[in-house]
Amino acid sequence: MADLHENLQKLRNISHNPKKQLDTYLSDGKQVIGAFPYYTPEVMADAAGIIPMGMWGAQTEFSLAKKYLVPFACPIMQACMELGLQGKYAGVKAVMIPTMCDTLRDVTQDFKTGVKDISTIAYTLPQNRKLAAAKEYLIEELTYVKEQIEKIYGVTITEEAMQKSIAVYNKHNSVMREFAAIANDHLDIITPAVRHSVFKSAWFMSKSEHIAAVEEIINQLKALPVYNFTGHRLILTGITAEPCSLLNILSDNNFAVVGDDVAQEMRQYRTDIPEDTSSLASLAQQWLDRSDPMAHDDHIDRVNLLEKLYKENNADAILVCLMKFCDPEEYEFVAYNSALKEAGIKVLSIDIDQQPNNYDQARTRIETLAELL
Amino acid sequence: MSEEVIKKPKRKKSKSQLMASALLDKAYQETIEAKARGEKIGWSTSLFPQEIAETLGLHIVYPENHGAAIAAKKLADPFLQYAEAHDCNNDLCSYAKIDLAYADILDCDASNMPRPDFLLVGNNGCNEITKWFELLSRKYNIPLFMVDMTYNHQDHVTKSRTKYIRAQLEQLITDLCELTGQTWDPDKFAEIMKISTINRNLWEQVADYLAIVPSPISGFDLFNYMGPMVFTRGRTETADVLRQLIAETEENIKNGKSTFPAKEEFRVFWEGIACWPYLSHNLKTLKKYGINVCATAYARAWSLDYTPGDLDSLAAAYSFTSSNNILLEESVRRRKEWNEKFHIDGTIYHVNRACKVMVCQQQELMRQVSEACGGLPYMSFDGDQADYRNFSEAQFEQRIEAFAETMRNRKEALKNG
Repeated sequence: MADLHENLQKLRNISHNPKKQLDTYLSDGKQVIGAFPYYTPEVMADAAGIIPMGMWGAQTEFSLAKKYLVPFACPIMQACMELGLQGKYAGVKAVMIPTMCDTLRDVTQDFKTGVKDISTIAYTLPQNRKLAAAKEYLIEELTYVKEQIEKIYGVTITEEAMQKSIAVYNKHNSVMREFAAIANDHLDIITPAVRHSVFKSAWFMSKSEHIAAVEEIINQLKALPVYNFTGHRLILTGITAEPCSLLNILSDNNFAVVGDDVAQEMRQYRTDIPEDTSSLASLAQQWLDRSDPMAHDDHIDRVNLLEKLYKENNADAILVCLMKFCDPEEYEFVAYNSALKEAGIKVLSIDIDQQPNNYDQARTRIETLAELL
Repeated sequence: MSEEVIKKPKRKKSKSQLMASALLDKAYQETIEAKARGEKIGWSTSLFPQEIAETLGLHIVYPENHGAAIAAKKLADPFLQYAEAHDCNNDLCSYAKIDLAYADILDCDASNMPRPDFLLVGNNGCNEITKWFELLSRKYNIPLFMVDMTYNHQDHVTKSRTKYIRAQLEQLITDLCELTGQTWDPDKFAEIMKISTINRNLWEQVADYLAIVPSPISGFDLFNYMGPMVFTRGRTETADVLRQLIAETEENIKNGKSTFPAKEEFRVFWEGIACWPYLSHNLKTLKKYGINVCATAYARAWSLDYTPGDLDSLAAAYSFTSSNNILLEESVRRRKEWNEKFHIDGTIYHVNRACKVMVCQQQELMRQVSEACGGLPYMSFDGDQADYRNFSEAQFEQRIEAFAETMRNRKEALKNG
């Protein structure tokens, strides 16, 4: 049995090199489907034995992507287009893209046109989530996605298999929530970069494999005495909080991450898939139940959510990881920044990009925050 | 000694233009008066199903239209500065920035919008407008009624979409009746749908005049009539404005005249929203090369084609009208049809810094439309619908000059076989 550090290193390696993981799955005879940010019905693929892999771009220069996207488009989408056009996703038969923001709407069309050897499965989540009609509509939309997967991959997705996969995904949610909680007792080991890699690796592994890996890490952490962390405790919010070179600036300045509202991380695991009349109804209800700022009427005010995370985790500040050119997050920032500051919470905002960046400006600001605290 | 500058007198406004301006002023004024009487007034997104509020006699104003007017009158700067000083990222939509600042200030040197009591949001133009209006809802602590129009990734509005949108429209009727204490009158609703359809048909008729070669009207003029189509397309006064415009155009045709102030050398398709702060500069530059804007998808978005009395067809029409809410193939199909119908020589693409949904598939649109239309020339320029800082007059002028040359060469080549 590997020790804790080896287990963490394994997830770190996977989160740093998803291409290697993709190639391993393909050489093992597995089929793979791409899951664009940030809610896709991965359960359907899992039920068919297809590995869903997250499409979160990468740190890369944008060259081919310029043929499709303007320089002020979302960096994740530019990176996904770039990697797709470069052929880095070779072997992936299809991608699922939810039209959750304006750029994603367009990328459904750009990817379909530009990356011809990968099928694009677009679908639209309803925003007016209080109405019963929204659920009926979403079940139809999910049926469309299911039929597309069946057609492209030549598989049949049964109700029984769907129910089994739903159980796996709910178990994964629970394991990730447990990891997030226990990580705070071991902030010497679970540094910001380590924490991030545990979350990010989930996007590139079958959920069963990830559950096994994280459960082992949790058990190994439980066996250790609680570490008395005396540094600064941060809550992160945003779409992604990466790369590790940025997160290492936090460690360098004695910051730990004690909670997050990050789309790539804990937002995924806040809401389980409930029991319902069918698996598709369950998946539809999960979206209707989700508390998420990308949705209209997000059930819980972002100010309240961040304040709650801040208090529950004895945080010292909130770090806004503001994805460059991300309209929804930029509007949300207007809503919560001044409200949190008025509540006496320190808020620092830094820009997140996917083009190589030395983060000197972020370093200076993080150092200043450390001094303030 | 300074040289005396002799300004050319401004072109006299036509009667229809004066009527359009007066109708818009009246709509703003009526909203102010309704607010003063204690009635609940609303702010709405521009492509919202206005038929329901109009049936209830509610007074509605349109922040996007208001932002365009502020920008066109070159009054945007203090609003943009204010917004950016209050946590609005420079990157956000310039209409939103102007409006979020205006929501605090509630005063400008153009028409004013009173503080709203409720908000109407349709996301058929873009997703981000929902977030913008959520900020208004939070700021004023007022209800926001949304009709989610669900982006169409298929080549038609699916039955499930129509059903969902229809359910939302029915819920909206209930919600607005509850908010205002009014009773729903289905006969009046049918009448408003009928009036809106008449206006739609008149708007189409006006746009169709641009198919005549040379065109009897300047395509840029249509932007001046968008106010009534956004604000009052459910009212009979809008029909009066459009009928007057039709009469003036018929007169021009009879006399061999045009409102385009130069000899029409080239006929172009304008892609995207107007660059409001530079509208006269753009027109002047185009005029210099005899370029008339004879087609635009943007103005056509308000040409909502549905069957009066049929709520399903209204739901589908609102979902499928905007280029921002449909798949690429349908956008290309429409443009091919318009390019042929309006005898278009080339396309001008406004790479609008304020509008990601318009520009993030625009480059592929450029290629596919050109290819579908036998290598139709196109050009693009960097601009912004309302932020004057994101536009360069020099860049626009240079590119238009080169574009005119490209279109001229192509026309000659086609002529010579």
